[in-house]
Amino acid sequence: MKDKPILRYTANERTNHWIVAILFFMAGLSGLALFHPALFWLSHLFGGGPWTRILHPFMGVAMFVFFLGLVIRFWRYNFLTANDRQWLRGIDKVLRNEEEGLPPVGKYNAGQKLLFWTLLVCMLVLLVSGVVIWRAYFSHWFGIESIRLGALAHAVAGFVLVMSIIVHIYAGIWIKGSVGAMLHGWVSRAWARKHHALWYRQVTREEPTDSQKGIKP
Amino acid sequence: MTNHWTDIANANLVLVMGGNAAEAHPCGFKWVTEAKAHNKARLIVVDPRFTRTASVADYYAPIRTGSDIAFMGGLINYLLSTDQIQHEYVRNYTDVSFIVKAGYGFEDGLFSGYDAAKRTYSDKSGWGYEMGEDGFAKVDPTLQDPRCVYQLMKTHYSRYTPEIASMTCGMPQDSMQKIWEEIATCSAPGKTMTILYALGWTQHSIGAQIIRSAAMVQLLLGNVGMPGGGVNALRGHSNIQGLTDLGLLSNSLPGYLTLPGDAEQDYNAYIAKRALKPLRPGQLSYWQNYGKFHVSLMKAWYGANATAENNWGYDWLPKLDIPGYDVLKMFDQMGQGKVNGYMCQGFNPIAALPDKNRVTAALSKLKWLVVMDPLATETSEFWRNVGPYNDVTSANIQTEVIRLPTTCFAEEDGSLVNSSRWLQWHWKGADGPGETRTDVRIMSELYRRLRDRYKAEGGAFAEPLLNLSWPYKIADEPSPEELAKELNGAAVTDVTDATGAVLKAGQQLAGFAQLKDDGSTASGCWIFCGSWTEQGNQMARRDNSDPYGMKQNLGWAWAWPSNRRILYNRASADTQGRPWDPAKRLVWWNGKAWGGTDTPDYKADVPPEAGMNPFIMNPEGVARFFAVDKMAEGPFPEHYEPFETPIGINPLHPNNKQATSNPAGRIFDSVWETLGTAKDYPYAATSYRLTEHFHFWSKHCRLNAIAQPEQFVEIGEVLAKEKGIAAGDRVRVSCKRGFIEAVAVVTKRIRPLQVNNQTVHQVGIPLHWGFTGLTRHGYLTNTLVPFLGDGNTQTPESKSFLVNVEKI
Amino acid sequence: MASQDIIARSATTTPPPSIRQLEEVAKLIDTTKCIGCKACQVACSEWNELRDEVGHNHGTYDNPQDLSAESWTLMRFTEHENEAGNLEWLIRKDGCMHCAEPGCLKACPSPGAIIKHANGIVDFNQDHCIGCGYCITGCPFNIPRISQKDHKAYKCTLCSDRVAVGLEPACVKTCPTGAIVFGSKEDMKTHAAERIVDLKSRGFDQAGLYDPDGVGGTHVMYVLHHADQPSLYAGLPNQPVISPLVGLWKGVTKPLALLAMGAAVLAGFFHYVRVGPNRVEEDEHPSAPDTSVHQVDPAVHVYDPGKPGTPGEERP
Repeated sequence: MKDKPILRYTANERTNHWIVAILFFMAGLSGLALFHPALFWLSHLFGGGPWTRILHPFMGVAMFVFFLGLVIRFWRYNFLTANDRQWLRGIDKVLRNEEEGLPPVGKYNAGQKLLFWTLLVCMLVLLVSGVVIWRAYFSHWFGIESIRLGALAHAVAGFVLVMSIIVHIYAGIWIKGSVGAMLHGWVSRAWARKHHALWYRQVTREEPTDSQKGIKP
Repeated sequence: MTNHWTDIANANLVLVMGGNAAEAHPCGFKWVTEAKAHNKARLIVVDPRFTRTASVADYYAPIRTGSDIAFMGGLINYLLSTDQIQHEYVRNYTDVSFIVKAGYGFEDGLFSGYDAAKRTYSDKSGWGYEMGEDGFAKVDPTLQDPRCVYQLMKTHYSRYTPEIASMTCGMPQDSMQKIWEEIATCSAPGKTMTILYALGWTQHSIGAQIIRSAAMVQLLLGNVGMPGGGVNALRGHSNIQGLTDLGLLSNSLPGYLTLPGDAEQDYNAYIAKRALKPLRPGQLSYWQNYGKFHVSLMKAWYGANATAENNWGYDWLPKLDIPGYDVLKMFDQMGQGKVNGYMCQGFNPIAALPDKNRVTAALSKLKWLVVMDPLATETSEFWRNVGPYNDVTSANIQTEVIRLPTTCFAEEDGSLVNSSRWLQWHWKGADGPGETRTDVRIMSELYRRLRDRYKAEGGAFAEPLLNLSWPYKIADEPSPEELAKELNGAAVTDVTDATGAVLKAGQQLAGFAQLKDDGSTASGCWIFCGSWTEQGNQMARRDNSDPYGMKQNLGWAWAWPSNRRILYNRASADTQGRPWDPAKRLVWWNGKAWGGTDTPDYKADVPPEAGMNPFIMNPEGVARFFAVDKMAEGPFPEHYEPFETPIGINPLHPNNKQATSNPAGRIFDSVWETLGTAKDYPYAATSYRLTEHFHFWSKHCRLNAIAQPEQFVEIGEVLAKEKGIAAGDRVRVSCKRGFIEAVAVVTKRIRPLQVNNQTVHQVGIPLHWGFTGLTRHGYLTNTLVPFLGDGNTQTPESKSFLVNVEKI
Repeated sequence: MASQDIIARSATTTPPPSIRQLEEVAKLIDTTKCIGCKACQVACSEWNELRDEVGHNHGTYDNPQDLSAESWTLMRFTEHENEAGNLEWLIRKDGCMHCAEPGCLKACPSPGAIIKHANGIVDFNQDHCIGCGYCITGCPFNIPRISQKDHKAYKCTLCSDRVAVGLEPACVKTCPTGAIVFGSKEDMKTHAAERIVDLKSRGFDQAGLYDPDGVGGTHVMYVLHHADQPSLYAGLPNQPVISPLVGLWKGVTKPLALLAMGAAVLAGFFHYVRVGPNRVEEDEHPSAPDTSVHQVDPAVHVYDPGKPGTPGEERP
């Protein structure tokens, strides 16, 4: 019982995450192709410039829709608490792998929570601004100033999103065990205790006895 | 045009009135732009609407449609009363000194000799000059005689005070004053105003008199015959000038010769009446040569069959039982069931003629209708129900319609005569599509078949047809070159001309001075004589050199008459034969002969001291202010209201109902009941064309249809507000004759006018849409126009009628 | 236009070939001579083989209503009452201004889809156009239009094909009043100056040339009666500049953003190298479960403990 790994993400959650991740890469790479001439070559990944232009918004919308799935699944774990603020104040220690003295973390640490909200805001901005600058279907409904603002907002949000995801990916690489959690769902008890102590306590306290297994409210 | 397009660049002042040159003649308008840009010319526009021309004008003033004579009359009064006239010109080159017969009079809007029952001046005997015992007209060079033209004119127009003119035209007095002052500056010798007009003057029941009033102004200013001057009709079709030149009117023959009437059975009397003798000593009176022109015409038509013995075929000419079978008359007769068949060649009457419903009813009474046209015209489908746009019951129309597709101008060689009287040769750009035939081919084949049937079966009065000369190499399709050469004319036998030169039989004539009345010359249209000489096709010349820098370009194509670019150009020089202004030199006396930058409109070897005057076509030798008996309404233009008047009375003759509208206007008895009054139809409407379209043709072209796709009417902001109409709303414009529906263009460019102390709103109705073509279907605008017209020209009053406007 | 130098190319960061010296050309549109006849519209469609839809009348003389992929130029009519209460009908031929600093070119993400020739003509190469519409966003004059048929951007080419062989643009060729003229930019400025003298003599004290500095000057210029109020002419921008929004969007911010992204990746890499991964010691003893539930985020309460035990879940 004590060495039993803990399930951190269900199969649906993992699937959802990776769909978003794949769509992020597609929308992101196609977006970067249009973002700066230096990256226009990326459009070849999508069949050339026009296909990049055609596919990018659809991929973006799909990413948003699936991201909404993640939001519905996880939004309730992402409210910032007093502990989080304390944790953030010790971010330098976190970065040095010196976690002693930091407040215990729930299912997500403050960084993850901030990332969550940042992603949500970016996605919303990308969706709205993306619709405004989507020439094929929507742009004719908007004035030129709105479109210009839309283009700028889209680029800014895209940039922030990409930066955030770079941090997100690196955090996964850096914190060993995280990628596994999102790949197969399980984390070790030690991992949970170390990185998400509160969550660990919660899980272990509420861990069902064998007799409770299968009894769902 | 007395002058010509390029000559507009010589003007100091351009008055566009009764026309919208920028809109209807954008290419010719370049010369106005040129005058402005390089001659510092000012442009004045007077129009019911602020037009495209007004958009580039220096000064614009609004005028109520149909009130132009009041404006011009006021201007004449202003020029005379302030003595701002070109004195030397007026005294020497016009009829001001002529003494008018005692029988002439004018009282409360009517000239002497009016027959109210017949609505015509049946007795014009007073409208002439006192004749002296020497056989010449009496003159008073001091201009003091109360019956001299000058005094009569002064008296006649003294009634046109600025107040009366302004309250009749609806033009604010200060605007009117400003324009008059500007125009008056052109009385200085050498300073010229050109007047450009078009259908905005002709399409009135007083159209011809409006134009006369303009001519009078130009004479007072000494601007006729001058570079940058003149009275210039901007013609509405590329070859409509050619149509009139070739006499395609029911009472005309080519070259402004006229058909005899029933009473003129005697050939010599016919000629004598037209070969006018000079009315003053030493004058040329060029129409004395009428016989030469006439005989040469008959020789061109009938060849060897026209002989001295048969009076050159005089009996074969139709003799008119009435003054003319103009188009209004024909359709009136058609409506009465008196016409069996109608050949409609290049004409779209249900669109172009007034009162479309009346025209449709008339066409419905025909047994057959032949339409020769490059396009599927509305007329050729007048029987087809096209919903509200042509709401006819097809089953009730038994007219058999035959459509003969013809080539269009770009699909044939030939010449076009433009407003400048230039005959310009053109070459076809493409062959006509499908089964199209040239008009010449169709008419020639028709002729052959008629001739053959007459030959085989006989028939009444077949001689005019059977005796025709038909010398063309391909009988069924005479070539444009053959026809052009025939119109110019050739020597029939060897001819010796005035200079002693001998022309061999068959050689092309060099000019109409070579024409003879003994049958030795043939010319299909004397004024075209010189257009295709032994030197070849003069119309095909394209030399635009301008050695004197006066924009006369004598090497470009060929102008009738005699390649003369400005008519009456002798008047550009003073009595000594020197140009009034060295900067405005046209022709001058060089000590031996007349010459210069234009072909002199004069006998080239007559020295100035001989006293021959410049207006050689007039027996007087001078220009006429007093029109003698030439006009239907009287010798001086007088303002009459449109037949549908928004104010109900003529402000100049408020108490004489007979003088409200033109007492001699063309109106049929059955038309009176179709006229509305201001009570039911309060707004003065005017119809017109747009630059994006050409009549009813270009709506068949995609690009024109894109540029102006849908029928609209123009309504001033004030009226629109009163009526709750916003730009883009659909409105119904109705009159007693019918209605149209169109999109409203609400504009600042049409302002309400104060006329006779009441507010008059004007409504503008462009006319290009119909129920065929690529534009959106529309109503034929001429549904609204009354079926009546000018008493001289029979031109319909398309520019002034009454309507009501409602938002749909 | 192969024979002409291309001095700027969209989405291209290296200098294009530019050793040839071409004189700058310009089209001068004299609104004071323009009669609004639309011959230029028709000539444009004729030369470029464009056929727009037959539209509707919307209560004005303007037709088509707006520029489109099939209508590269059109007349815009404005009724203006001046200070003296006199009416003026201001007619302006609208179309690409061929800016010296083209906003479209700045905004275009597709290399070579928009090019600027040494003579000043700004041209679209539809073959490279991806249809994103950024050119519209970038244009200070709101000119380019995306075709709904092929999703390519179109606008006036200044008849680059005609100009390349020494002809004037089709609209210039057809203009009946000489309101549109074409030549070297210097000559056009001289011509405009003469026109302005004439206009001032006619009382248009504010007559002037429209060659706005904000976009580095244009190769389509206007003579205006009211050069002090260009916006009278159907909203011609008074002081056109590439929108600051577009400047931000397409300016130095983009390379900086790229740098930032690269820097973020590098930062991660060096963090890994210097600090190393954060591993969990698997033999670490678990601490006693904490009972201080009050410290736990309230959200935790809704954690579904049944979930990990859902049937079908495999353990590794």
